[in-house]
Amino acid sequence: MTDMIAQTSEAGQELKPRSEVTARELFREIGSVLRMSEAEAAMLGDLPEDPDEDQTMILNMGPQHPSTHGVLRLMLELQGETVLRCKPIIGYLHTGMEKTGESLTYLQGGTNVTRMDYLSPFLNELVFSMAVEQLLGIDGDIPPRATWIRVLMCELNRMASHLLFLATNGMDLGAVSMMIYGWREREEVLRFFQKVTGLRMNHNYIRPGGVSADLPPGWRDDVLRLLDLIPPRLQEYDTLMTGQPIWRERLQGVGMITPTEAVALAATGPVLRSTGVDWDIRRGMPYLTYPELEFDVIVGSYGDAFDRYAIRLNEVRESMRIVRQCLDRMPQGDYRIQDKKVTPPPRARIDESMEALIHHFKLFTEGFKVPEGEVYVAVESPRGELGCYLVSDGTAKPYRMHIRAPSFVNIQALPHMMRGGLVADAVAVISSVDPVLGDVDR
Amino acid sequence: MTDVDTVDDGAPPDEAAPTELHGCPITTSRGQVVVHPSREQYVDVVKALADDGYTMCVDVTAVDFITHPGRPLPDGVAPERFEVVTNLLDLAAGRRIRVRVQVPESDATVPTLFDVHPGTEAMEREVYDMFGIVFSDHPDLTRILMPEDWEGHPLRKDYDQGVIPVQFKGTGSR
Repeated sequence: MTDMIAQTSEAGQELKPRSEVTARELFREIGSVLRMSEAEAAMLGDLPEDPDEDQTMILNMGPQHPSTHGVLRLMLELQGETVLRCKPIIGYLHTGMEKTGESLTYLQGGTNVTRMDYLSPFLNELVFSMAVEQLLGIDGDIPPRATWIRVLMCELNRMASHLLFLATNGMDLGAVSMMIYGWREREEVLRFFQKVTGLRMNHNYIRPGGVSADLPPGWRDDVLRLLDLIPPRLQEYDTLMTGQPIWRERLQGVGMITPTEAVALAATGPVLRSTGVDWDIRRGMPYLTYPELEFDVIVGSYGDAFDRYAIRLNEVRESMRIVRQCLDRMPQGDYRIQDKKVTPPPRARIDESMEALIHHFKLFTEGFKVPEGEVYVAVESPRGELGCYLVSDGTAKPYRMHIRAPSFVNIQALPHMMRGGLVADAVAVISSVDPVLGDVDR
Repeated sequence: MTDVDTVDDGAPPDEAAPTELHGCPITTSRGQVVVHPSREQYVDVVKALADDGYTMCVDVTAVDFITHPGRPLPDGVAPERFEVVTNLLDLAAGRRIRVRVQVPESDATVPTLFDVHPGTEAMEREVYDMFGIVFSDHPDLTRILMPEDWEGHPLRKDYDQGVIPVQFKGTGSR
């Protein structure tokens, strides 16, 4: 047999055993890269096609498709209803926020980063502030109350983000009433944000050195009301969706991804955890007060869209556990560091002290100088690892600010999840990755 | 009672930190470990680190140091205009390591990590798009965030930041 192959010189065409296929070939084969430029695809559309020869077609889904969560465009190669290959095309929301960040001082930077992943603004501010604090070397001196407020707000933010995921996921799959419910519960959380920060979104609340303001009077009652309100509603969702046969049919076994693929593609967050890898930065490399908190990392087992749905639903419950612990353990004290270099003087001091006025003015016009160096800090956002790589050249503005956006990286997993699935499932798959296009394009 | 810390047991109290890893100088930056391989060593070092447990490549980015050439680097590493920064993560041990590669302006080419970590595909495209650094052997090195026909690479320091004048309501003569 081998002689025959050698004689007919077809050895190269034979399919190699799986063990010999390199990772590169495998990933190419399963469609991680659709190597066709937009111009080429357009030309292909103009050519008269021989129906017997070419049974596939290229279909553009988005960027204005309602299920693409913003302006994601997918180039799908279809054979009938089956997706063969898929290429996500992004950049429609690119506004150069990393470049903008280089011209803003460290104090102004928060207003910029908070607009990236607009569903988890607190996490964006947190990762930027933590990076600045590490460069300044004050990361160990943040007052405990500030740290606990950060945990409280971030976990409430995780709840709000996941509730919105439940809403949009329901909408994408035809459970339209779920959309209304999810938005309704999220609005309750946002109302609390508005009370604390003055804004529903894009707060600029977590700043280098602490938080911008203390919690308002009555915050404890508001949070307790939330904690009473949401569990029965989650119970309702369970009745409405989790146990419902149509819902399970739509999600189970759809958009499967293996742990090896997820790690190779650097997918993080619920996408990685759905495959059974128990990686959560809050547990694996804890920051803030997470080592002292009691919570479970929710892990799936099949890596399908249903696991990703169930993980997020249960993460809302875990976040509520953490919030409850924050309520019990919230210490008294300063809500920002008493370091004159970083923190502006209190409002009352400005009226009576010339130095305080000058100091305040200089801090908000020139900003504070950050020692030279570079640092990478990562936190667990609702979508995965949110990282900030910050380079300082010793001036008051970052020399380079790079945000490692979880949605940007997770979107790479779409072609793997969609391959061989149906077009209708493509919608379920996009939804289950929960990309935020502001985060993808930045 | 003897103080344990002051007992001289022959070994240095604080073992000198290693200065080399896989043949490349290492430094620490704010407590984080940084490896400085050359471009030739880059892929091999990332491969060796993957065998050491750093199985996930979470981030690939770059920095343009044209206006800040005097940054501290270990001996034997000459500063160049660009620096490609790769962040690796060890999921089992919960540790990170950073790889910084110097890339000269005259030949802004770096071998791709696609063979080791396929997840770098989009990140390397972003670096190419924003800095014009070419990743040789990358399967699909095209622009990712900017339009296909865009000229220039926005995150380079010599690429100016544009300003769009905004007309506010009620300004001017009325």
